[in-house]
Parts: sequence; structure tokens; C-alpha cells
Amino acid sequence: MSSVSQTPTAGSPRELARRFVSVPSAVIALVVFILFCIIGFGAPLIAPQNPYDLRQVDILDSLMPPGSQSYTGLTYWLGTDGQGRDMLSAMLYGIRISLIVGLLSGFLALVVGTFVGLIAAYRRGWVDTLLMRIVDLQLSFPTILVALILLVILGRGVDKIIFALVVVQWAYFARTVRGVALVEGAREYVDAARGLRLGGMRILFRHILPNCLPTILVVATVQMAMAISLEATLSFLGLGLPPTRPSLGLLIANGFDYLQSGRYWISVLPGIVLLGIIISANVLGDRLRDILNPRL
Amino acid sequence: MNFLKPSLFVASLMLALPVAAQEVLTIGVRSEASSLDPHWTQLSADVQVHEHIFEKLVALDPTSQPIPGLAVSWGPIDDLTWEFKLREGVMWHDGEAFTADDVIFSFDRLRAGISGAPASPAFQLEKGLKQWTRIDDYTIQISTSEPYPTVAEDLAMLPIIAEHAAQGVTESVDFNSGLATIGTGPYMFEEYSPGSRVTVVQNPNWWGGDVEWDQVVFRPITQDASRLAALLNGDVDMIDYPPTIDLPQLLDDPDFTVSTIAADRLIYLMPGYKHIERFITDNDGNVMVPNPMRDWRVRRALSLAIDRNAIRDRVMGGASLPTRNIVPPGFFGYVDALEADPYDPDAARALLEQAGYGDGFNIVLHGPNDRYVNDARILEVVAQMWSRVGITTEVDAMPRNIFFSRLIRGDELTMPGFDVPEFSMSLTGWGTVAGEATYTVSGTLETYNAATGGGNGNFGRYSNPEIDARSVLAKQTVDGEERLRLLQEAITIGMDDYAYIPLHFQVNNWAMRAGLEHQPRTNERTMAMDVSATE
Amino acid sequence: MAEFIIKRVLQAMVVLLIMTVLVFFGVNVIGNPVYIFASSECDQACLTKTIAELGLDRPLWEQYFVFLSNLLQGDLGNSFTHGIPALSLIFERLPATLELAICALAMALGFGLPLGIWAGLHPDTIISRCIMAFSMIAFSLPVFWIGLIMILTFSVQLGWMPAVGRGDTVDVFGTELSALTLDGLHHLVMPAFTLSLIMMAIVIRLTRAGMREVIFADYIKFARANGIRERRILTTHVMKNLLIPIVTVLGMEFGGVIAFAVVVESIFSWPGVGKMLIDAIGVLDRPLIVAYLIFVVFMFVVLNLLVDILYSLLDPRVRLGGNQT
Repeated sequence: MSSVSQTPTAGSPRELARRFVSVPSAVIALVVFILFCIIGFGAPLIAPQNPYDLRQVDILDSLMPPGSQSYTGLTYWLGTDGQGRDMLSAMLYGIRISLIVGLLSGFLALVVGTFVGLIAAYRRGWVDTLLMRIVDLQLSFPTILVALILLVILGRGVDKIIFALVVVQWAYFARTVRGVALVEGAREYVDAARGLRLGGMRILFRHILPNCLPTILVVATVQMAMAISLEATLSFLGLGLPPTRPSLGLLIANGFDYLQSGRYWISVLPGIVLLGIIISANVLGDRLRDILNPRL
Repeated sequence: MNFLKPSLFVASLMLALPVAAQEVLTIGVRSEASSLDPHWTQLSADVQVHEHIFEKLVALDPTSQPIPGLAVSWGPIDDLTWEFKLREGVMWHDGEAFTADDVIFSFDRLRAGISGAPASPAFQLEKGLKQWTRIDDYTIQISTSEPYPTVAEDLAMLPIIAEHAAQGVTESVDFNSGLATIGTGPYMFEEYSPGSRVTVVQNPNWWGGDVEWDQVVFRPITQDASRLAALLNGDVDMIDYPPTIDLPQLLDDPDFTVSTIAADRLIYLMPGYKHIERFITDNDGNVMVPNPMRDWRVRRALSLAIDRNAIRDRVMGGASLPTRNIVPPGFFGYVDALEADPYDPDAARALLEQAGYGDGFNIVLHGPNDRYVNDARILEVVAQMWSRVGITTEVDAMPRNIFFSRLIRGDELTMPGFDVPEFSMSLTGWGTVAGEATYTVSGTLETYNAATGGGNGNFGRYSNPEIDARSVLAKQTVDGEERLRLLQEAITIGMDDYAYIPLHFQVNNWAMRAGLEHQPRTNERTMAMDVSATE
Repeated sequence: MAEFIIKRVLQAMVVLLIMTVLVFFGVNVIGNPVYIFASSECDQACLTKTIAELGLDRPLWEQYFVFLSNLLQGDLGNSFTHGIPALSLIFERLPATLELAICALAMALGFGLPLGIWAGLHPDTIISRCIMAFSMIAFSLPVFWIGLIMILTFSVQLGWMPAVGRGDTVDVFGTELSALTLDGLHHLVMPAFTLSLIMMAIVIRLTRAGMREVIFADYIKFARANGIRERRILTTHVMKNLLIPIVTVLGMEFGGVIAFAVVVESIFSWPGVGKMLIDAIGVLDRPLIVAYLIFVVFMFVVLNLLVDILYSLLDPRVRLGGNQT
């Protein structure tokens, strides 16, 4: 699904930007995603309450419907959860955690995977065979299962879930980058560079890598959406993040207990936000694929 | 190895015979029975199913007090010997007669060890080093190494299996297939399908008289919300552990009823008493010497800072009994004078000031998130309350599979060979399954001693010679009144010293469709014998 | 040829061996199962006895070699919880999972193919856009969230669907199947649909993309020019070309479906291997966790091996180690 092996058509950044702007859904998705990033990373500044500071959270305010007021005069615009946390603040901080997990694990997987892919494509021979065997092996196991077992062994925590996500995602980058790099490596300009006796690393990073970037960008966007979704699923199974620092997935899971008694806001609202993030990232990846690589 | 039977066959039979409407009770349970070998584990989820098929010499009434089971009467005949008279005329499910030989066989099997069993009740026989002798077909004697008061309570944990059916069978496997699952109980084995259901059917010849249901089906449904959903749309007739948050709604709904009882499970917070506790730090993040938990005033302040009624109302849906006792009301050892601490944050702050901790300190509160009712939520709320009196509390809740290992000997790696608990403050529970306080006092308040088994649940490593003396003596005192006095004294000393901080007894609930009546039990077990149809 | 197969088989065995090491040591460093099962009254002597009984007092490498030598005899150990051979537990639960997965697969194809074909034939209509939007949303929705919303809507609010379990089953050659009874089908619909959504989204997109490509291909134009009827073109030429990528991808995604069954099974209390795994993790039933993982690894390695060998039979270039990007 995410393997893009064809060469992206050449085009100046300006040309690509023009094509990007001409697709409304891409622009909307980008704007929505950036908005989520702004409110997520700005959470400490805009949230009415710091949900991690237990002195500010009061159990007596638990399970209040949206629009209720606490005795201190604070209005809970989106209601409170079972602990008395302001849902608006909890969601803002939840967006932050989900984005940190998605972006960081996506980025780390990108770095590791790209490096491995480039090395494999450049060195060829047994290095390539060995690395690609490992990639094949990794890809033959379902991501969620590998992540689940890793977390059972490692325990909970943001660092641990990021590690687990990097482990399950790097192979996608490695395989894709290798594919593109192999094609790029066969081009005349690389031969020319070799002819000029430029160092191997220099050719890799100065010439081949930049031409792989569009493909990497597409894979990264889709993988990030997957990471966020996977984190939510694992947290739902009780294996991801600690409950005191809830991500969106954990908020949904906590809220499920309250759904049947009609307290929809605890589960449904974070669900909608989660959906918004994942869809905007997926649409973005989809449109980028169209724009950067019209053959697919 | 095929435990499965053609259920369609049964279904079509039922379609063909609509006249003989079967009275079937389907129960959705939170935890599945892991094996039908009654000597395999002592977990509630297992025992509640075993109890339908197998019986014990001593049965327990709804408040866990001993009543006649397969034994009709018992008592000490001297300091070291107890005699049990067995019930005559009892038949095994296959028609053979029950005799003392079966009892001897069962005890021998337990002592020999159940190979591979993770939590066999066999240790009940090692308490007091019990020996057993067959006197005649319907009499046995149990002797102990020293005076031992709770022989009957211990025997209430030991199921009797049939010698003729269980001779030489494979542990667990042959009971799950039904081969050796021959008991004397009110229901007979029908089917065990792991992950899916356990089915038992009426034993028409039960010595106890009429049996209410023709068939009883246990269905494991782990997720709380799913289990409730299964009840709401009629998949099951009854569930255990309905989510507490939905209790008010269930109580208002005329289509459903809820049964409630204070359970024997105490939920409490256990401070760590080691000289250095690594999860207790001052405001600069340094480990504190001396450990503030060793100061009585700090422990009392922590207790006063907790609003137990708010936890009951807001977290537990009303289903908890705030307390300062360690066994529930009605149990042997309950102390009337111990009332739950009031919520008094000002007094708590004053006590901390007095103890020299006016600026507060930091503490990490550990606990499980899938073991006790609403455990993770309780942890967070306690952290809120402590943070508000100046003790900045961070919660670390984890699945029980990790929690209990770390609780019991988490620092093993740093100090090999020592049973060193890791946590500085943790939330745990203690169930007084025996219906009386002797082993609750010994387990939670006595000084830890691996050799005698004292304080085996004392993970804070609290130590108080005043309590030890009384607890050790109580374990050997057969005279009821004297034992009660010793136990109550020990409990009062411990609780006045805030050896640990009791929160509440769990109040257990069951929800069922209207038209059913349920007599709940303090020991959390869900049994069809307690359920009857009202119309 | 023989050399190639032997090489691949050897490789697969090395992979299996490495995986047993990883899985065994990984699972055996977490927690101590005895503390979960043991009664609060079980004192130190009783704990020590139980630990010895389960063989947990021996050094880990020794436990591993015992495990490995048993494994070579086809014995994956007994479950701590149930005391039954772990492998027989897995095989007992596997039919439920396979049934769920196959039904999900059927649903994904049953809905996905027609929708994808339609979207491919009429790309610029509103309905087509809706179909594509649906596929995007279905692909993005976390599986557990769909499951929860479905239970809430169809079981609790509307009361149309049973929330949990398998319902009545029929015994077919020793395995129970739900799909053959009305009640069983009723229970099967929601979990299978939940599980199918992601695959359905993929099928829609692939079918549409395939349609777009094929419809403009020269041989289709020829067929049209020769006056062959549209319907016939669709059924013979187009479908044939579509099925190849779909079958390939479904083969790859099927593993993912089995894995996501873990989530769906725990929400709907479906008694399959996925739920068994989650339960086993909850009580640290190490032999069962290890057995499940080894079983899954074995399954995937063997499948990959077969695929490799098949490819090499079909395409000799693979054997020679050509570029397979």
C-alpha cells in the first residue's frame, strides 16, 4: 500500500507548490493538520486547566456535562471526565501527546529507514541482501502484533511506545528508499559524480537522497497517521501510555465505560478529534502522492 | 482433546420440544474459570464454577461463616485433634456412594502436589501441618502440630473429588474434558469450552433437595462495558461486576435489578517503612532521610487528607464502605470502635507542619489498573487529595501482571536473595476469604518472616512487637473468646498506629434481569445456587 | 532449483530459531506469574514451592533449552492457567479467528469490489467521490473505535445485534462454526464488518486504480473498437486484470487481519486466538504467550517460504537474485 517505487517526476519546488495549491482538498487537509499542531503544541498556553496538575483537578467536579461551571467559576465547555478533568484541556493535551508520538516516531523511523535503505542501495551485494531480508522479515509480521508484544515486554511510557512504533515502521521507509535509490543510482548524473571521484557518502547524501525526498515525504505522512492510530489502539488495549497522561486513545478508552450511561462527551469528542487528525494526515499523504508522483 | 459438543443438536432438540421449556440461567462473568480441576487454583473465578460441581466438607454461608457441607458436624476432641462426621447417603454424579475414602484421597492428592498448578489450595493443608486419619466410613480426624483454631475454615477451601473417577487422571486436562469431573454438588458437568462457556446441568439426586435451574451457563465477558451491553440486550440473564458508573441507571430501570453486599475485600494504601524509600523525595528531588513514612503523624495526615465519601460517591457509584477496620462488619475480629477517618485536610496540613514537613514532599503512588474495582481511578483521586495538602503525588498504575511482581520483590535485582518490595506507597487489596481475621492480622500486620509465613502480605515491612505477640498467640488459641480479644487488640493497635491506611471495603454488585432474585456473598463468588426466579 | 529451495528452507529455519530466542527471553523477563495466581494467604514457603513446581527457579537459559528440545518434539508446553497443552488451546480457538477473518475478507471483497469498479468507471460523479471519501474514512478509523460505536448503536441503543460472543455453533468435522446457524451469523456480522473496514478501503482504492488503468489500455480499446459488448469487456478482460493485484494485496493483508482480530475479539468477546493472547498477557501465562507467538511466526515464515518458492517456479529470474524492487 505504501510502497512507492517509481521515480517522482522532476519538478521545481515552486512548480510542486503551485500544483499543491491547486488541489483544494490537499490545502484543506494541510491547514487542518497545521491547526491541530498549533493547538496541540500550544496546549499549555491555551488550555484553561493543566490536567497533569492534580491540585487543579477535583473529583467533586467529575462527569459534568458540557457547559457546566465548577465552584471556582471555571466553565467546563466540553464537560469533565470521571476524574473531574476538564475535557477541553485533557483533549488539548491529548492532541499534543498523540502528535508527539506520531511525529517523533515517524521522524525517527524515517531517519533509520532512510539510512538503511540508502546503504542497501549503494552497497548492493550481500549487505543489500541481508538488510532486505531483515526488512522482508519485519514486514511479514503484522505491525500491531509486534508493537503489542514489545510493549508487553517494555512496559508503558511515551518513550517506550515511540520505540515500539519506530521498530515496526522503519522497514517501510527502508524498502521504499532503497527502491527509489536504486533507480536514481542508475542515472547518468550519478555516473558523472562517480566519474568526478566524489566520495560515496557525498553521492548518497548530496545527490541520491534529495531525489528520494518526495517519496519519503509521502510515506512519512501515511506512516505518521498510522502511528497515531496504532498508539490509540494500543492505549485502548491498556498497553500504551500511562493513564495520568492520557492521549486521545486513552481518553476514548476511559470514556467507553461512560457511554452507556449517556455521558457521550468523554468518549465521542476525543474520538472525533482523533479522526480529524488521522483523516487530515491521510488525505494529505494521498494528495501528496498524486502531486509528486502522478503515475500512482 | 475435543471439549466441544454439537450445540446445534441441543438447539434443535430444544426447538423440537418447546413444551418442556428448560429453565436456563446464563451468567456473564468478568473472569473465566481457568480449569475445572478443583485442586488447580483457589481463584474466585475458578472456585465459583467448581462449587456447582464439587463440594467441601465445610461450606460457607453468604457471609463466609462455616456451615455443614459434606461434613454434618465437627469439633476438637483434644488440643491437637479435630473430628469430622461425614454426611451419609450422598451420591456422586455417577451414582457411586461418597465415603471417607474420597476425603482421604482428595487430601492425599493435594499433599502430593498438583503438577503444574499455579495456585493450588494445597497450602491450606500445610498450615498447622495437618495430618488426617480415616476412623470409619463416615468419620475422619485431623491432627495438627500445635493447637490450631481454624481447621474448619481451612477445610472450607478444599474440594472433595471422587476417588473412583479421579484415580490416576491427568491434572486439569481430564477435568476439563469431563472424564474426572464427577462431584457431589447440585449441578453436573456438561461442557467446558475455554474462552467461550462452561455449562452445568441439574443434578436431580442432590442431597440438598431441589435445584432451581435445569442448566447454568457461565460466559466470560472481560470488558466491563461489553458485559453490561450483553445484559441490556438479553444475551445473558445476569452479570457480575456491573460497571459502577452505570449502577444508578440500572437501579432506576424496572427491567433490571441489582443485588449488593459489602465484600470481604479491604482496599488500602500501604506505606513503605524501609530506611530509604526511593519513591519518596523532597522538593529538590533527593531521597529523604529519615523516611517520613516512619513518622506516625505523617501517616495519620495522609489518612485524614482522603475524602472517602467522595471516592464512594464519585468513583465507586456508591458501592464502597469507607472504613478503618480490616475485616468487614459481621466477620470474626471486626472492631466496632474503629470508625472511618473523617475528611479533614486542615488537620492533615497541621499534622504535616508538626512533623516538620510543612513544605511538603513528593511521592509516587503505585497500584494496579486491572485488579480491583476502579483501582486506577481511586489512585488518581487519592493523588489529587494528597497533592492538595502539599504532598505532590504522582500515580504509576500498571497491569497486575507487572504490579504484583514489583510489589512483592521488585528490588530483587538490586539486592539479590532478599524479598525486597519495591514500592514506597501502593494500593492493594486483601480478601478475608476465611470469614475471620486471624490470617488477615497475621498476613498484613505481623512482622515479615519468611520462615513462619508471618506478614506475607506486609509489603511495607511494618513491624510492631505489640502486634506480633498477639497475632502469634491468636494463631494457636482455640478458645474463641480469647482469640477474638487478641485479634481485636492487635487490629486496634495497628490501626491506631496507621500501619497502613484503609480506604474502604469493596461493595460488590450483581445486575440481573427483573424476575430474578439473588442472595449475594461477601466472598465475591457468583453462584447459580444463590439465584432464584421470582415469578 | 533444489539448491535454491534448500537455501530458503535453511534461511527460514535460522529465522525461526532466532525468533524463538527473542520471543522466549522477551516474554520471560516480565513479571512473575506466580504472584498473580497465588492466594494472599500463600506464604513464602508456598510461593517457593509453586515457583519450583512451574520450573521457574531454574536459570533462564536452562529453561530455554528445555523449551527448545520440547519444541523440536512438537510440544510447546502447558498453559500455566489452564494446564492444557498450549498448542491444543490454540488449535481449539483458531477456527473462531479464521472464521471471523474469512468473513471479514468476504465482506471486504463483496462491498469493496463493486464500489471500486463503480468509482473507476464513473470517476467524476458525486457518488464516486462519496465512495472514495468513505474509503478514506474507513482507512483512517481506528478499529477499536468503530467496534465501540457499533456496539453502542446496534446493541445498546437499537438492540438489533448481540453485543458479545459467538452464538450457536455447528460442529463441522470437529470444528465449531458460527456462520452456519442464524444465531451464529447474527453474532458474526458486527465483528466481521468492523474487522473488514480497513481491508474494504484498500480493495476500493486498488480496484478503482486498476479500473482507471485498464479501461484506457490498448487491448480494451481494441475490444471496444471490435464491437464487443461493454458487459463482456468488463467481465472477461477487466476483471481478469483487476484480480491479480487484489489477490496479491489480500494475501499480504490477511496477516494484518489476523492481528487486528486481537482488537476486535477483545471488544466483542469473540473466543478466538486473539482474545486468548490478550487474556494470557493479563495473567502472564508465559507458555501460552510464547506458544502463540511461535505459532504465528511459524505460520508467517512458512507462508513466505511457500510464496518465495512459488515465485521462483514461475519466474526463474528470482532465483538468480535479480532486482526485485
